[in-house]
Amino acid sequence: MMYGFHWDLSNPLAFAWSILPIILIGLTVTVEATILGFIVSLIIGLALALLRRTHTRWVAWPTAVVIEFIRDTPLIVQLFFLYYVLPQFGILLPAFLTGALALGIQYSAYMSEVYRAGLDAVPHGQLEAATALNLSRTRMYVSIIIPQAIPRILPAMGNYLVSMIKDTPVLSVVTVLEMLGLARIIGDRTFRYLVPLTLVGAIFLILSMTASAGVRRLERALPKSGILLR
Amino acid sequence: MTGTALLPPLLAGAKITAELTIASTFIGAVLAFAAGIARGTGGRLIRLIAAVYIEIFRGTSLLVQLFWLYYALPLLGPSIGPFTTGVLALSLNIGAYGAEVVRGSILAVARAQHEAAIALNFSRRQRLWHIVLPQALPEMMPPLGNLAVQNLKDTSLVSMITIADLTFHAQNLRNLTLDTVPIYSLTLLLYFAMALILMACMRGLERWVRIGGSPARS
Repeated sequence: MMYGFHWDLSNPLAFAWSILPIILIGLTVTVEATILGFIVSLIIGLALALLRRTHTRWVAWPTAVVIEFIRDTPLIVQLFFLYYVLPQFGILLPAFLTGALALGIQYSAYMSEVYRAGLDAVPHGQLEAATALNLSRTRMYVSIIIPQAIPRILPAMGNYLVSMIKDTPVLSVVTVLEMLGLARIIGDRTFRYLVPLTLVGAIFLILSMTASAGVRRLERALPKSGILLR
Repeated sequence: MTGTALLPPLLAGAKITAELTIASTFIGAVLAFAAGIARGTGGRLIRLIAAVYIEIFRGTSLLVQLFWLYYALPLLGPSIGPFTTGVLALSLNIGAYGAEVVRGSILAVARAQHEAAIALNFSRRQRLWHIVLPQALPEMMPPLGNLAVQNLKDTSLVSMITIADLTFHAQNLRNLTLDTVPIYSLTLLLYFAMALILMACMRGLERWVRIGGSPARS
């Protein structure tokens, strides 16, 4: 029994049906961790991208190293690092928040590349035209560059969101009870791993296929010419 | 414990991590080409099998696949050791991602090249091996290089199924000494160093493919 739900071990189908409510509670944790991590990655990623673009070399260069370092080291080790090291500095976060933070930091490195690629893809002539028209720097970004970058940036972000969903099970290693963590506990208590693990796999498959289809629709729906920020 | 005492066990773990990476990148590459070519050019049944494989392993989480193979597979039949399980899960996972890269680059080869090969009466196999692949190969190298680094990072998850890789040793050391900051800093640095080495190797391979490995471009 878990969260007040009894499992029925009479046959695999009945077992799957009886543990579905428990796994769905885990699904809400998975979704919450993904959304929170996504928001963190968007913010830190933007900060990294802006620092990377500055013309001051002693800021841009170390930022590039940090981005590369975050991107090339495993999420699970970064997570352990935050989970054990933050409390030593008096920062006591619940495991869930530490997990979402680690997820967000790992993906911020990817997001910074998404921002950079999106901005760089706007043709240089647009910049020159804006300068020739004597637009201010703010006006140039808000009215010319960013509107044209959005159709390239959004689908790429969507693809990373799908990846993040699939990385959330890593959070179970620091006691976050998302789907996989719960499936393992059910397995440990009933000595039946096949059904809970297959069920979790199936839910991930549905989640990521639906999300990918959504990203593809978004990509088609966005006008290639850009979106005005009004 | 000082840094010098921490290093030997971490390096022992890094060796296992390197072995896992090499084995699964190699097998993954074979799977990627097999599934990618099958998905792009095979008959209907083969195409379907390849598509199902790719969707399942790209659509579910690696950790779920790892646990499934570790806990559930022995119940269905074969019992393989943790190391084999780890290599199997990593290869199948990275192979599925690689297959999409391979398929994509094959599709990106200009249509006229396929048509010219048909006009010159090349067989299907000759078309693939002599015309399409030599042109597709250089295009797929950079994304495959990224996947190799992804694979190196993914090997850290096998510590969860008792394989004594770098992450596993880091966890052990922490439990023994509670020297958290130096242990995890060193671990992260070791992963970073391995990633840099791997990237350099992949770049070398990419150059080699561009110069020698593609007769169509020479």
